[in-house]
Amino acid sequence: MVAKASDDDPEKARRFREAALPYLDDAYTLARFLLRDAADAEDAVQECYLRAYKHFDSYRGPAMKPWLFAILRNVCRAEYARRKTAPVTAVDDKPETVEQTPMWNEAPETPESHLMRRFDGDTVRKLIAALAEPFRETFVLREIQNLSYREIADVAAVPVGTVMSRLARARAMLRSAWLAEQEHVK
Amino acid sequence: MNCEEAEVLLHALLDGELDAGHAREVEAHVAGCAHCAALMKDYREMSAALADANLHYKAPLELRKRIEKSLPQPVATPSRRSLLRGFAMGSAVSAMAATGLIAVVLRNDDTQRIQSEVVSAHLRSLQAGHLTDVISTDQHTVKPWFNGKLDVSPPVIDLTSQGFTLIGGRLDYVDTRAIGAVVYKRRQHVINLFVAQTASTERQAAKISTLQGFNIRRWSDHGMNYWAVSDLGADELSEFGDKFETAMKANKEG
Repeated sequence: MVAKASDDDPEKARRFREAALPYLDDAYTLARFLLRDAADAEDAVQECYLRAYKHFDSYRGPAMKPWLFAILRNVCRAEYARRKTAPVTAVDDKPETVEQTPMWNEAPETPESHLMRRFDGDTVRKLIAALAEPFRETFVLREIQNLSYREIADVAAVPVGTVMSRLARARAMLRSAWLAEQEHVK
Repeated sequence: MNCEEAEVLLHALLDGELDAGHAREVEAHVAGCAHCAALMKDYREMSAALADANLHYKAPLELRKRIEKSLPQPVATPSRRSLLRGFAMGSAVSAMAATGLIAVVLRNDDTQRIQSEVVSAHLRSLQAGHLTDVISTDQHTVKPWFNGKLDVSPPVIDLTSQGFTLIGGRLDYVDTRAIGAVVYKRRQHVINLFVAQTASTERQAAKISTLQGFNIRRWSDHGMNYWAVSDLGADELSEFGDKFETAMKANKEG
């Protein structure tokens, strides 16, 4: 772990603090959902802020939050690669595969709608944590971080169309898990 | 449009990401398809439930300190008195003061204090179940309600057709006086628009800032100060402000 940012410019540091530190909770939240581990999330966020500070001179916008998230996401992916327990790429996310997978295979085919029960935060987090990458990432960026599709596309470095299909699948999977959880706790 | 397409596009519809033409197509499909209509309702409820469950984590103080320490320190150390003033503002704000926002507090004390007050007022309105004193989606009901309660009643503009639903109005208390709050919603996100009279009639362009995780868009026009506060992203809050200002202008001209 790098202990100190190399560039000793107080004015730059001040601008960086004002611009980036308000998003610390958001960044930590994203890291928790991406890495599903508190200690790893802390390390990733710290690394993210160091990298962001280093590249802050070249930051031209558009918005600080997606810019930070793009860096954080790369840090988290490096962490994934490092882990021996990295996901065995169970999910094929190539566009053609996504298109061939009809959405309704993932949700019970029922014409009537359900009453979606309110769950506490821990239960919802558990359900989201069970989503596979990269659906979890897209879902969290949209539903918890409130990014627009364009911003998510920039953060995840994929076309907007992929964001749409990932989000549709993520929600379909979460809905199934949600309904199953409702059955389970009934 | 078939179900397969609709099942992807209805998400974009829910998220307000579709252009008008596609939105109409999806709506037309959903209107005639029980399956897709049921899905849409489920997703809408799920989004509401997600917004209700607080899923945000708070960064540990240790992490904040570590990041602070790794950055070059500012040249001027704030005086003891100003630090204390920062801490007197409440724990959430002082936590931010400790992370560098104190520079903002020091340079622009008054603006910052009022911003912190409008954010507190926004939080109160969400927590106490006291979002609105008058509940109505009709501007012609909300506007007269303010009459007689305030020196100047705030402009109430219906932006429902533009994606921001008017849900009512409320009296609030900011900077030791009563001010009007007009309440809007986008998806599950509440926007409080605080309006206060000001001596200056000069127009001040909008500024976006963030405090305690909320975005604030502040501007002045025709002798009124405006603060729009929400957990919406800065881009959507800007959109709200732009639409409000455009509608105000249209009202004045028309």
